[in-house]
Amino acid sequence: MSAAEIARPLPAAPSRGPSLRFLFSELRLIFGRRRNIAGLCVLAAVPIIIGLATKYSGDGGEGGDFIGQATNNGLFVGLAALTVELPLFLPLAVAIIAGDAIAGEANTGTLRYLLAVPVQRTRLLAVKYAALLIGTIFAVLLVAVVGVVLGFVLFGAGPVTLLSGTQVSTALGLWRLLLVCGYMVVCLAAFGAIGLFISTLTEQPIGATIGVVGLAIISQILDSLTQLSAIHEFLPTHYWLSFGDLLRDPIETGQVTSGVISALVYTAIFLTAAWARFGSKDVTS
Amino acid sequence: MTSSVVMTTDPQPAGSTDPGGSDLAVTSTGLTKRFRGGQIAVNSIDLAVPAGSVYGFLGPNGSGKTTTIRMLLGLVRPTSGSHTLLGGRIPQDSQRVLPRVGALVEGPAFHPYLSGRENLRRLDAADRTADPATCNERIATALDRVGLTAAAAKRYRNYSLGMRQRLGIAAALLQPRELLILDEPTNGLDPQGTREVRSLVSDLAATGVTVMLSTHLLSEVEQICTHVGVMHIGKLVAQSRLADLRAQTAQRVLVETDRPDDAAASLARIGLTNIERAIDRVSAQFGSVEPTAIIAALVHDDVPVRAFGPVPVNLEDVFVTLTGEGFGVSG
Repeated sequence: MSAAEIARPLPAAPSRGPSLRFLFSELRLIFGRRRNIAGLCVLAAVPIIIGLATKYSGDGGEGGDFIGQATNNGLFVGLAALTVELPLFLPLAVAIIAGDAIAGEANTGTLRYLLAVPVQRTRLLAVKYAALLIGTIFAVLLVAVVGVVLGFVLFGAGPVTLLSGTQVSTALGLWRLLLVCGYMVVCLAAFGAIGLFISTLTEQPIGATIGVVGLAIISQILDSLTQLSAIHEFLPTHYWLSFGDLLRDPIETGQVTSGVISALVYTAIFLTAAWARFGSKDVTS
Repeated sequence: MTSSVVMTTDPQPAGSTDPGGSDLAVTSTGLTKRFRGGQIAVNSIDLAVPAGSVYGFLGPNGSGKTTTIRMLLGLVRPTSGSHTLLGGRIPQDSQRVLPRVGALVEGPAFHPYLSGRENLRRLDAADRTADPATCNERIATALDRVGLTAAAAKRYRNYSLGMRQRLGIAAALLQPRELLILDEPTNGLDPQGTREVRSLVSDLAATGVTVMLSTHLLSEVEQICTHVGVMHIGKLVAQSRLADLRAQTAQRVLVETDRPDDAAASLARIGLTNIERAIDRVSAQFGSVEPTAIIAALVHDDVPVRAFGPVPVNLEDVFVTLTGEGFGVSG
């Protein structure tokens, strides 16, 4: 084969169309990493601790609404665990994956090789965000499932008393819990988008993670200051605890709807920002 | 010895009739990168890497080689200028062209807690043009080619620098490529590994693959390159066939003798210049004088000659000629 033959422009390299290979590879990377597995174990440990503590302290009434209810129905172990983990542990999990997404790849230098494969930058962000979403869904469901299963084992299943006082069947209770999980995923997905954006700004994954977690904490602190009530509804964490409204009968949709809208707006803004930033960035790592 | 090397901007392979056309694997026009802060890393370079060549991209550390390579691959956006790879413009045609380009940029980089094989599988999974059915086979072939088969299941973090470098080259060979851009491919390898990599590059070049090889090692260029481009403080100060570059450098003759003063006088008489004298030898620049005339003059003057011959052209001298300084770090 002569040199001239080699250099003649060939037809476009055949693209094999949409493929999930890269996404699967990304998920293997996330779920295969020991640190992440350890993190998932911590997430799963919380419902176990709550369940066992409630069962064997013999004193179910002091742990707040959900924890107190756990003695009536195992379902509430899952709910209590989600409530406890929502302010810090779940955002931390999202922040860790987000930190790894771009900043982590930049830090190990693998980002330049992915782009040289080539992976289009928009596609890279899309796959990274999709994996982040799947990771978030997995983390939330893990806490819920571990809690519910353990709760059923320790306390049994039975009619569920909703926050509004209505009693519903276990199946309907599970459905409501699934709605709560969905709502939390939507809220955390917005945080994932913020995290992905921060991840494009730095080459230090830890820095990105701390930034995202710090943002979650600051947002919650600001949300607790009544003097700042004017800005509360614009804070990314403001509607997080509104998931309780999904446990009333009938469901109170006002706050929850605002929460979903707020989350979608945050997601849209920060995914766009990440795209704009990453699309034009010089990759010198 | 001044300005003896003419900058060649158009090193076409023999028989070429299509300048700037499809027989250049890499071209650039006025390619420039100015980083924030105003520092010019790459200053208006016009690359022309002929297809099928082994192009030594030579320059000291900090001369702008890596920034150029990052621009070629679309990682860094040029401040001005344009370039093509395999006839496709970057970044517009990146998705079409880059699957045919294998690259090693500024050292290998992989996920430390994945094995060598898993790292290659990940890169392959990211490649939309890769056939998943042949993935394992291609990975095995690439690992075998760089001699990493035995360490394929080891975590990358436990690899030595040489093994990492080999894995980087294996990644560049995952698919059949038409162009390989290798940034310091022998960095960190032991002498044996260096020989293996050079022989691998030569083998690949023999199959028609164009290799653009950045290096700060003059000996590497001398051993395996057909063409050379010399970078100095962000500028491409020379670009030509290696043979032309040598030929354009002033040839010197070396005479070993016990009477260097007499020999120097003879050489001066017939018109040799830049005569340098040592205790038992004399060297001088040929100019247009025929070698036979030199011997005749020495014999005529009864100068005893122990040995006589041309001084091999040293690329280091060429480089000093081009840049006016040694081969240190560009500031």
